[in-house]
Amino acid sequence: MAVSEQEILEGLGKIVNEITGIPATEVTPEKSFVDDLDIDSLSMVEIAVAAQDEFGVEIPDDQLKNLKTVKDVLNFIQA
Amino acid sequence: MSANRARVVVTGYGATTPLGGDVTSTWSALLAGQSGVRPLTEDWVDSVPVKFAGVAAVDPSEVLPRPEARRLDRSEQLALVAAREAWQHAGAPQVASERLGVVVSSGIGGITTTLSAYDTFKEKGWSRLSPFTVPMLMPNGPAAWIGLDLGAMAGVHATVSACASGAEAIGYAMDMIRSGRADVVVAGGTEAAIHPLNIAAFAAARAMSTRNDDPQGASRPWDRDRDGFVLGEGAGIVVLESEEHARARGAKIYAYASGVGYSADSHHITQPEPEGRGIIMAMTQALTDAGVTGQDIKHINAHGTSTPAGDVIEVQSVAKAIGTHPLVTSTKSMTGHLLGGAGGIESVFTIKALEDRIVPATINLANPDDGIEVDLVHGESRKLPQGDIAAVNNSFGFGGHNVTVVFTTH
Repeated sequence: MAVSEQEILEGLGKIVNEITGIPATEVTPEKSFVDDLDIDSLSMVEIAVAAQDEFGVEIPDDQLKNLKTVKDVLNFIQA
Repeated sequence: MSANRARVVVTGYGATTPLGGDVTSTWSALLAGQSGVRPLTEDWVDSVPVKFAGVAAVDPSEVLPRPEARRLDRSEQLALVAAREAWQHAGAPQVASERLGVVVSSGIGGITTTLSAYDTFKEKGWSRLSPFTVPMLMPNGPAAWIGLDLGAMAGVHATVSACASGAEAIGYAMDMIRSGRADVVVAGGTEAAIHPLNIAAFAAARAMSTRNDDPQGASRPWDRDRDGFVLGEGAGIVVLESEEHARARGAKIYAYASGVGYSADSHHITQPEPEGRGIIMAMTQALTDAGVTGQDIKHINAHGTSTPAGDVIEVQSVAKAIGTHPLVTSTKSMTGHLLGGAGGIESVFTIKALEDRIVPATINLANPDDGIEVDLVHGESRKLPQGDIAAVNNSFGFGGHNVTVVFTTH
């Protein structure tokens, strides 16, 4: 079943909020995880694992480092 | 006492215990003779012979912000809650990072994380482990997180000596200040070990009370019907400071951390040595280190865990090393035994006793055992005299570790 980009964004916002405390509304496509949201590499691993569980897609470590913005993650999950 | 050595003062304290989420609520409950022990309701209780424990009165994961709590083991959560209370109580001292240290210990570290992470690993594989698994399970984790929180750079340490760990941490912190390594050190102990494996293992050592029909009556130090210790969880932290630094910033001084003594029984890995030679040695050295005599000691917060062998040996050793006059109590009758956290909370209680000049009574002490000559406080709390007085906190651990800390009012 196809999930809309908006649904993925909302799901991702919840995950980021749960892990980092950053309000879900700040998780918007143009944001960089490191530069804009101040999320460190270990937290990115936690977010990736939670996203895998939530959306059922594997995110290999060598792909994870390329996912710099929220939009990158949206595209990866939808691909 | 060396004339040119820095004196160490207590300028703050914090605790989260089975009796309350802070020092004020815990101390009130102790003076009221309340028990913090309760039946366990987890579904695993059927698999262990002990079905009660001293669970922390306030869940630390409800106190800390959720993103912070989820990357901390419960022993780290408890330590951080108590350390923040202590730091605020000390007036959040202005101190250079290079002059601030942390010594916070636990007996068995993040064991609940270790066990649950192993379950996750077996069921879901390595990639589902939290990337924080290692800092959650490492025994220096509580000290490290507090050090990060406060920006401590003078040294962050975690001494490990089973149930003497918390007291050893306070002794090590005193030595850091006295040797000139630091001006302020946050010190104490923490433990969160209420897990079926720990209960099963202590039960296998025949160390725990199995009084399942009366959990609140189970921790009964020195009573004839005692049958083992009761597991508790929590943390107790003090802010120690050189007297010079504390006076320069106008800090309130609650007590002096005047002396510490260490020894090892070198007798048996778990059993106490029957003559108490190691315990006597630790107490004697602590008194000498503090520059006080046995007559100066008016109160002892005993290790008194409610085990058949240890309780009487301790107070017979007190009679030999200090005398029969001090008011002796075991607050473990109310909190249970916090293992590595014990020396932390019980040092806080010893300091409170000096500050308020009152000793909480040991509960459940209906019929004192034979061979006890010291003045056990039971029935109701007792007053301490005015003037310059001293008090002792004893902590002993599996492995034969003995630590005595002396606090004074002057």
